[in-house]
Formats: sequence, structure tokens, C-alpha cells
Amino acid sequence: MPNKDAILSFEDLEIHFTLRGQILRAIRGVSLDVARGEALAIVGESGSGKSVFTKSAMGLLDANGSIAGGHIWYDGKDLAAYRTEKEWLTIRGKEIAMVMQDPMTSLNPLKTVGDQILEAVLLHQGLRGEAARQAVLEALAAVGIDDAPRRYRQYPHEFSGGMRQRVVIAIAVACRPKILICDEPTTALDVTIQAQILDLIKQLQKKLDLTTIYITHDLGVVANVADRIAVMYAGDIVEVGRCEEVFYDPKHPYTWALLSSLPQLGVKGQELYSIKGTPPNLFQEVKGDAFAPRNPRALNIDFVERPPFFEVSPTHKARTWLLDPRAPKVEPPELIRHLRQQGGSRHV
Amino acid sequence: MSDTRETLLEVRDLQVTFGSRRHPFPAVDGVSFDIYKGETFGLVGESGSGKTTIGRAIIRVNPVSGGTVRYQGEIISGKVSREVDRKVIQEIQMIFQDPMASLNERAKVDYIVSEGLTATAGHLSEGERKARVEQALSDVGLLPEFASRFPHEFSGGQRQRIGIARALIMQPKFIIADEPISALDVSIRAQVLNLMAKLQKERGLTYLFIAHDLSVVRFISDRIAVIHKGKLMELAESEQLFAHPLHPYTRSLLSAIPMPDPVWERNKQLLVYDPAQHHYSESNPPLWKELEPGHFVRGSEEELDIYRKML
Repeated sequence: MPNKDAILSFEDLEIHFTLRGQILRAIRGVSLDVARGEALAIVGESGSGKSVFTKSAMGLLDANGSIAGGHIWYDGKDLAAYRTEKEWLTIRGKEIAMVMQDPMTSLNPLKTVGDQILEAVLLHQGLRGEAARQAVLEALAAVGIDDAPRRYRQYPHEFSGGMRQRVVIAIAVACRPKILICDEPTTALDVTIQAQILDLIKQLQKKLDLTTIYITHDLGVVANVADRIAVMYAGDIVEVGRCEEVFYDPKHPYTWALLSSLPQLGVKGQELYSIKGTPPNLFQEVKGDAFAPRNPRALNIDFVERPPFFEVSPTHKARTWLLDPRAPKVEPPELIRHLRQQGGSRHV
Repeated sequence: MSDTRETLLEVRDLQVTFGSRRHPFPAVDGVSFDIYKGETFGLVGESGSGKTTIGRAIIRVNPVSGGTVRYQGEIISGKVSREVDRKVIQEIQMIFQDPMASLNERAKVDYIVSEGLTATAGHLSEGERKARVEQALSDVGLLPEFASRFPHEFSGGQRQRIGIARALIMQPKFIIADEPISALDVSIRAQVLNLMAKLQKERGLTYLFIAHDLSVVRFISDRIAVIHKGKLMELAESEQLFAHPLHPYTRSLLSAIPMPDPVWERNKQLLVYDPAQHHYSESNPPLWKELEPGHFVRGSEEELDIYRKML
């Protein structure tokens, strides 16, 4: 049964891709509740399945991919059972909208920016004529684009990267969605612009009462925006908790590794921490903890049996045998033990 | 202290102008700096600041419209002799940002890595060439048998290693790395940065490291120059720059670095740089001054006085 407080609820989700006759298990039985109004960040390396996972809730899987098991509950409906494009159109954009990574490729270069937002307004807000035009101008102003009437008539190439991403956000928000998925919204942008865009999404979330899901590979970026963080590895969520819990008290060795490899924590003259090895081949059955082969301090049982979720606090759980009462005590790496103080003393 | 260091590259009053004669657009405007042998010089700015253009002007891809670039004391900008041109081609190499876009997807790694050799060292036999390719691949931590594969068979991090191997095979002295890790995952970034640091130590390479993210540059650079709209704003040793950022633009860049600390992030004040705050005019022009040894900043007399007090 779906969780009552959750706006979107993934239950035991399995996603398979068929590639050259072989089956790739991209998502391996993931359950996750997204609470109404929260900002959730899903963090993982490329290939971890974080994009596939969220795309499945919008019916955007590639043709060779399919939901092989489990449910996606939204508003009492099971999206995992949706098959036709017609069914998906009642969800996509209208209920769940998405901001993609690269604003250069997600906008149509042949249409003016205003017309592209207008499309969303006509389709989802039911406005016509001058009223629709006004709504577009308001949408432009709402995402911080000055001189909206002139900008309305311009093409994407006349916008800078940051401005383009604002337009993409304006389009997504013009659909009046309940959930906004931001897939690496700032990866293609400069650091200064990145901070501004994250700020904008945060404001819109508050103003429009949105639920936001961020997808990113960079833990550094989400500290500012996320209420909760889910860490994904090899098609499975290995740790989930409130933002402070994941940063200040991470439990899974993979979360430790991700945090340690942030260049912000690098000490000059020393090697930066880097995760050895490569993610497992998901064409094959993953045995035990998927991260064990890359984890220098893996326990024997990590190679044999998949760990269950152990609860650290009511809001924080991790899939690692280290939390089993019988496990030896393993401390997180020194580098990430004092993130709280480090942030404050870094600069300024 | 700068007396003991050997200058490898000297950029003086560099100007690069794009656009037509009637609508010139100065992408780089009066930029001067030195790069010492064996160091990593970080060049930081946002997109459109001209940082890439400077790199490309040094390697003679973009023609300069004013100023000079000297490499080992020899002018390499503008019209140069054939020998100098050859020397630049061989000794200065580039690593590009996007390993997806910068490798020829129709060519095998073997060809990609050795293309530079066929252009400059035509006398190599097939066996020698193959051996050099294998050596270059193993230097960057790839297997020699990868030579017969195509770029699409590799992950982003591996592809960036191929890009580095392609630069290394020329046995360069100076490498311009243009945002070499921006397109990579955080966990892969560390690997590539470590590799670059290791190669530098082993071969005494000099790097010009171009990036938009100060946090990455701090780790790898000895000195950092901050550029905005084609003009240098500040130049200092990395730790000095982080400890005493003087120019408001540098401070805004520092304030934008995301930290892995939620409490800190929630309370952080984002500084936004507004160029209008300077009130430069004919009678109050901006100057480029060294305020403490090795720490340069751009500002008017009045501003420089304020900066001096901040030190």
C-alpha cells in the first residue's frame, strides 16, 4: 500500500533494459517515499541509475527499458501500470515536470523563447490570446529575466547558459506541476550562476508549493538545497537521511567515499581521495553489497549477502552490514569526520 | 623569491579581438602574467571571461591583436619562423574540457593518440610509433590493448585519460588544460587531478589550468589569476588568494563555492559582483598593482588604498 504522507512513492521498483539480448538490471528493487513539499536529492555516480529511476515516474524510459516489477504510487494511481502515451500525458508536465541538465539541448533553437513557454501555458493553464501572453511575461519575470517583452521575442542562442536554464525552469513551472524533477540542473553552469539557479529553484519551490527532486553527482551542490538525501549506487539506494544526517553522520562506506572525493576537501600536495575500481556490471547478478569490491574495508559478509536497511534514526537508514550489532566498529575516514567545523573555517 | 624561478611563459599586454573591424569585441584586453617552470598556474573566470581564449592565443589557435607571448624567451605570438611554430606545436599541448567532443569518434585510440606524432615526427617507424602509443597509454593508467578500440567504448574518465595521453605523447614541456574535469563526475575528477599531479611531479611539466571553479583550482594550483570580461582582476599564490581575497569579484567567486556542510550553506551569504561599483573614469583609471610580493590586484588608487588596509 502506498504511504499516505508521500506525494510520490516508489515501492520495490525494478527497471530492466534489454541490450543485445541481455538483461541489464538498472534499478534493483528500490523503495523510496517522497514527502509532499520536501526537497529530496538523489546522489550517485553516472551509471548509478539515478536518472533512470526518476524518469520512470514520467514515462520517459528508453524504448528498450521497462518496469519489470514494483509500483510507483502517485495520487492513488500506480504509474508503473501505465503503458500508453495518452495515460502518461495526464502526468507528464501537468503533475510532474522536469528540468534537464543542458539548457542548450533542451530548448528548441528555431523557436523564440516566448513561444516555447507559451506552448506550456496553452497546454496546461488553459489560457488564450493576450491572457496567455501575459502569463508568459509573468513566467519570465518570475524566473528573474529582466525586460521580459524584449526577451519574449529572442531565440535561445541570444541567451547565456544561466539565462537559458532560467527559461527551461520557466517552461517547467508554467505547466503548474506538483513535482519538479531537476536532473543535474547546474552541471553545465558556472559556479556563480549555479548558486543563483539553485536559489531560484528554492524560491519557486516555496512560492508554488512544489515538491522538488534533485538529481546530481555532486554532494557539494546539494548541501544548500536538499531537505533529504538518498545516495544511490548500482541501481540501489544505499543510504537515505536528512541532509544533516548524511553529511555529518554518514553510515555507508559509499557515502564516505563520495564525500571524501570532493575537491573542496583536498589538501594541497597530497593525493585527492578517489574511489578505486569501477561500478559493478549490472548485466550480471550483484552479490552482497554492490560496493564491496571497491571498499577496501569491506567485511566478509559484504560479498555474500545483500545487507538490509538498518535504521540509524527514524529518518535515517543505510544498507550496510557495518550497522549490524555484530559488526566490528569501523570509523568513517578522518577527512570527513568534521565537515561541520571545516565548512566554517574554510574561508572568509 | 620570484628571482629564483625560471619564467617559462611570459604574456605581456595580450589583446585578442573578435568581431568585425566596425564592431570589434575585445575578448582579452591587456592581460599580463608570467608562468614559471614546473608550476601550475590557475586561470579562473566564468564563461565568456576570455580564459579559454587566452589559452588558445598562447597555443597560436587564436591570432593575437596586440601584445606578446614569449615562450622560453622567444616571441611565439604573431608571425613567427617555421622552427618556432614547430617548437610550439611540439612543446605546448592542450587537454580539452569535454572528452566526448574532443576525440574523433571514427578513429581508433591508436590513431587519436599518435596523430600528433605523424604530423611532427614523420621519421618514426610503425613499430616505434606503436611502442610510443602503448607507453603513453600506460603512463595515464590505461591498458595498451585499448589502442585498438574506439572512443565510445570508454567511460568519461577513461576518455579524458586518452586526451591526456594524446598530449603526453608529444613529450611537451607545457600543457594547457582547459576545464579538464568540468564534464566529469566528482569521483572521477579526483582520479584525473591525481594523475595530472603525478605526471607533473615525474616529468617537471608546467600547467596552465583553466577552470571556472575556484575550489578545484585551489587544490592543484601554485598561483591563481582571476579573470573577468577579458581583464585580470587579481593574481596571487593560491593560499594567499584564499586567505586575503581583495577584489570584490574574487570574493564573489569564493562565496559561490558550494561546501559539503548544510549548516554553513544555509547561512551563507552569496556575494554578487557588480562592475558598476568601481566608478572608473578618465581621471580615476584602474591600475594593475602588486600590493604584496606576488599579489597583484586591479583597482583605482582609492580602491588600492582600501585593499592595502585589508591585507
